[in-house]
Amino acid sequence: MSEDIYKEIILDHYRNPRNKGRISGAEISAQDNNPVCGDRLSMDIKLEDNVVSDIKFDGEGCAISQSSASILTEMLMGKTVDELSKFTKDELLEELGTPSLGPARIKCALLSLKVLKIGTYQYLGAELPSDSDN
Amino acid sequence: MRSNIFQDIKNDFPIFSNQINGKDFVYLDSAATTQKPNDVIDSVVHYYKNCNSNIHRGIYSISIEATELYENARSNIGKFINAKSPHEIVFTRNATESVNLVANTWASQNLKEGDSIILTEMEHHSNLVPWQILAKKLNLKLNFIEIQPDGELILDKLDNLFQENAKFLSLTHVSNVLGTINPIKNIISKAHEHGITTLVDAAQSVPHMPVNVQDLDSDFFVFSGHKMLGPSGIGVLHAKKTLLENMEPFLYGGDMISNVSLREAQWNDVPWKFEAGTPNIAGAIGLGKAVDYLNHIGMDAIHKHEQELYNYAIDRFSELKDFKIFGLENKHSTGGVISFSYSDFHPHDIATILDGESIAVRAGHHCAQPLMEKLGVPATTRASFYVYNDTSDIDKLFNGLQKVRSVLT
Repeated sequence: MSEDIYKEIILDHYRNPRNKGRISGAEISAQDNNPVCGDRLSMDIKLEDNVVSDIKFDGEGCAISQSSASILTEMLMGKTVDELSKFTKDELLEELGTPSLGPARIKCALLSLKVLKIGTYQYLGAELPSDSDN
Repeated sequence: MRSNIFQDIKNDFPIFSNQINGKDFVYLDSAATTQKPNDVIDSVVHYYKNCNSNIHRGIYSISIEATELYENARSNIGKFINAKSPHEIVFTRNATESVNLVANTWASQNLKEGDSIILTEMEHHSNLVPWQILAKKLNLKLNFIEIQPDGELILDKLDNLFQENAKFLSLTHVSNVLGTINPIKNIISKAHEHGITTLVDAAQSVPHMPVNVQDLDSDFFVFSGHKMLGPSGIGVLHAKKTLLENMEPFLYGGDMISNVSLREAQWNDVPWKFEAGTPNIAGAIGLGKAVDYLNHIGMDAIHKHEQELYNYAIDRFSELKDFKIFGLENKHSTGGVISFSYSDFHPHDIATILDGESIAVRAGHHCAQPLMEKLGVPATTRASFYVYNDTSDIDKLFNGLQKVRSVLT
């Protein structure tokens, strides 16, 4: 665990976050925080015919949590609600290109995914599975 | 003479002979826990290798030796803080357990509905949560001494807080986040004028400066061994003997009794009344040895050494852009702790990048979330110093912080 985790893709999204902001009237909307480090993240998703037509994240936190959220929003555009509920942490981590995040920082990287799952399951009226990827 | 002691001191600590990530290890997290010198490690190994046995009951030689080592450690620690008697020293697991012991014994026996407990806004969770729980259980009020932005307590409202319902005051001697030294002698004396019993969380003071419990006149006084070169899992409760004698035990079982029949039991004398079961014998022996080591250097010298490092660090870090030290205006600091923010870099990113340079610092809320709220930040980065740190560690931190900027911008 060192500066090696700060891959170019992470630094790029940290310096220039994509899809940052809020969407009013979003069908899926959730937020969560990581009390240990004070990271705070919200995600709004607009659906059209059950497909993601717009998605934004907002919040503050470390480079890992913020860039992961930015990258996740790009990955989710155009996906169906079913695909959102089945999206795995491995897909996100692979895109981040940081297999060596380690236990101290993995929570930062997965905060955005956790918020996505909370929002998606709320929208579906289903209970968040305890073994889900959050 | 003194500078010589600190010059080669890293050699006494085996952890510094290891390289981590291929670089010399720079440890700047001593406010969390300290590294251990060979003397302490050897004393623990000696016990397990040569006289491992239970204490206070064996008739055979090694049990007698182990008992002597354990009780000598108690005396040693008592002298270190100038306790009136070694029998005022109760071994616990850590400062947290010592606070919980007082909450569950003296406080539970003596506080009643409507009474208030006074704390400060800078407490570590360990000196906050046990009182929250007790307050809920007994319907007590919690009142707080507020702090100024520079980290000093606001003391001009003490008379309001020390009203007739105030029965207990529990406060930290030194802030684990800001390094502020609170004027606890004056506060305790004022509390006593109002008949208020006092507890001092000395986890961040005893390791770093000379401390005299008789002079402070504290009623209860708690600290942890692992923050002062000792092993983890051993801590201390110091209390005035009359208080200990009138308190109910905390845990019940072996060694804390004098006489047991099938239906009842009488308690052992203090302090053993509070040490139920086989204690952390090796830990106590190791802590006694840590005290020897600290005495050899001298607590005045340690305090001075840390202040020199602090001043050196402040001077160096003033060259960094957007670098803010919390509580910098505060004149009453141990010098052992620097909590800072650096540009808009998140503490976790700072700590991760420094880790790549083999520099260990703390990032987070430091178990003091209410204080973080007061400072207006979710978290800070903290570098804390101890006997084994020197200016080269601060130079490496400086270089590491420059690297943080180059990676993140």
